[in-house]
Amino acid sequence: MTSAEPSLIVAFETAVASKLPGNALTWSTFQGQHRLTIQPKKSLEILRTLRDGFGMDMLIDVTAVDYLEYPGAKDRFEVVYCLLNTESGQRLIVTTFLNEPDLRLDSVYSLWTSADWLEREVYDMFGIVFDGHPNFKRLLLPDEFASFPLRKDYPLKGRGERHNFPVVTRSES
Amino acid sequence: MASEVSSEQSPKVSQLGDSVLWTRLDAAASWARKNSLWPMPFATACCGIELMATAASRHDLSRFGSEVMRFTPRQCDLMIVAGRVVMKMLPVLQRIWLQMPEPKWCISMGACACSGGVFDTYAVVQGIDRFMPVDVYIPGCPPRPEQLIRAVIDLQEKIQKTGTVHAREFAARSNPEGPSRFDEDELIRMRERKGLKLNLPIYDPRH
Repeated sequence: MTSAEPSLIVAFETAVASKLPGNALTWSTFQGQHRLTIQPKKSLEILRTLRDGFGMDMLIDVTAVDYLEYPGAKDRFEVVYCLLNTESGQRLIVTTFLNEPDLRLDSVYSLWTSADWLEREVYDMFGIVFDGHPNFKRLLLPDEFASFPLRKDYPLKGRGERHNFPVVTRSES
Repeated sequence: MASEVSSEQSPKVSQLGDSVLWTRLDAAASWARKNSLWPMPFATACCGIELMATAASRHDLSRFGSEVMRFTPRQCDLMIVAGRVVMKMLPVLQRIWLQMPEPKWCISMGACACSGGVFDTYAVVQGIDRFMPVDVYIPGCPPRPEQLIRAVIDLQEKIQKTGTVHAREFAARSNPEGPSRFDEDELIRMRERKGLKLNLPIYDPRH
């Protein structure tokens, strides 16, 4: 992706900040990606403003990063929203940081229905709960699964979940 | 009536020649079964492509009487597990196996089905023989079609040698045949986590 003109980026940042007074907005740019870091408590309000006021009408992805034992990291989890303005082609990455034990965010299903499975997957792999989701449960793993396997403190080989089945012997089958 | 048939009219055993074949019933049944194995292709990964190649014209599995792939387990007597089996798929695999009519056999094809292969993760079963019976294993990643044909021939020999008409030979196989469900690493980890209880329900494939 080619990066936008610096003057346009500044204009966009100023316009967003003027629509969201009183919110701590941290802007950064990395390899042409325009990123906005927000407070988790205000995430739904800010994302609604970005959708309604700035044409971010498509939610490309919701994902998360576990920064456990990451050099220089201050927070444990980062939830990432990738937004797209389908008219102008402008992209924006919105991130917010969460720490245990308060791993809760407001669901953005009411803004973009594509958040349905994406948020369920984030819960499945990281255990981050999205309040207000209409059908909140695991997506990929079995409902009985007790762990969140993409967390960095989860062992690669699992905690014995893959052994919890009966053995079918030849004489009984 | 019986007295009318004289001993002179009925042919002697030595005169029958090739027109009568003497054999055991077990051997006759096994001979018929081994030459018409109907595979259930449980193909989940790249081994499935080799399985298809084996059935195709170049390698032609029908030369060994085993080309009739059926996608319903009710019509099959040979399950070929070709590819990795994930934890969530294992109840399905067991259920399909239980749905196959007797007598039936199982080929574990490829490194993943036999041992999990390179996928030693929380999601992948480390060898299907930990959870269900296997008759012939095929190494390789993926095995060549020739190896699968060799396995079918080996299985045919096994059926001819051990097969019985009422499938009595399976009754003795009442113990799990694979390695322990828990490998050494996992036992160590479980000891390390003493006091931490796993509250996972047991899957029952028969429900």
